[in-house]
Amino acid sequence: MHELAVTESLLQVVLRHARAGGASKVLSVGVRIGEVSDLIDEWVQRYFDHLSRGTIAEGAVVRIERAPAMFRCGACGHSFPADPRTREAIRCPRCESEETALVSGREYLVQQIEVI
Amino acid sequence: MTGDMMAEIRLIEVREEILAENRQEAGDIRAELRRRGVYMLNLMSSPGSGKTSLILRTIRELKNAFRFAVIEGDIDAVVDAEKVVGEGIPAVQIRTGGACHLDAPMIAAALKELDLAALDCIIIENVGNLVCPAEFDTGAERRVVILSIPEGDDKPLKYPLIFSVCDLLVVNKTDYLEGSDFNPETLRERVLHLNPGMRILALSCRTGEGVSDWIRWLTDEIAAFRKGMAGGPVKDR
Repeated sequence: MHELAVTESLLQVVLRHARAGGASKVLSVGVRIGEVSDLIDEWVQRYFDHLSRGTIAEGAVVRIERAPAMFRCGACGHSFPADPRTREAIRCPRCESEETALVSGREYLVQQIEVI
Repeated sequence: MTGDMMAEIRLIEVREEILAENRQEAGDIRAELRRRGVYMLNLMSSPGSGKTSLILRTIRELKNAFRFAVIEGDIDAVVDAEKVVGEGIPAVQIRTGGACHLDAPMIAAALKELDLAALDCIIIENVGNLVCPAEFDTGAERRVVILSIPEGDDKPLKYPLIFSVCDLLVVNKTDYLEGSDFNPETLRERVLHLNPGMRILALSCRTGEGVSDWIRWLTDEIAAFRKGMAGGPVKDR
């Protein structure tokens, strides 16, 4: 639902870097988004198409890569990927402890842009 | 596209947070409120979980101890704002125009309409939604999520983000617990898996059961906030 607000910010970041790099056109945008964020990829592209009209980013393809949700074990410190939406208890694969904390998977990062 | 143009395609490394600007503005708001000694709380939940009821209850219990203001972000907040003003408390209503969350620039604008020198505590009633408000730092000192018993104990599985970013979970409508399949222990385990630092309080705004725990939590929070100010800035999240 907040794809519009996120895409507006995304476009601003893209345009700023493209201009600073002396680009005349943006071809693609590489984005890394955490698995925990409820963002619908298709809507990001749709809003991007709409918002970028008339800018040098018009027509650019937004490529979204998902960053896995990572947990850290409170008992042994081991970090491991797990699905926060699972109904199974989340357990450390190394020491079996159930004392865990979600430590990443909330990223919202523009990684790179492809420009001419 | 000609071969010459193909050769001109290049990659620019960006490595920048999409929401960096919002985060920056939220940080500025937090710093300003700490400087002014005003504690701000961001209250989030689904529609109908009891944000307004909890706010009204809090104001009634604590209005002689602290000077409150409320920032209303609910899409349908006119009624909520009227209820708050009816308690003699200043309320700013943000017209989100159907937006699904409040962000730092909206809060910055709302704060300009309040007399911060005459306030101890500001409560933000965020838009009723467990998805979008979780993504946007508003500059509040603490984030609180309310989950009501009829919503079920599996909400942390469906909306892990909000349960991972909040400091306190208020389980409301405990008067509906009897006869339901809601398991408070299951909820607790699910929440603590995501966020072991989460405090959990159970209460009923309707019967008043457990409300005193919430009042104590908030009172202690404001006291600790003030103490933190006297001894330097409170630790950043």
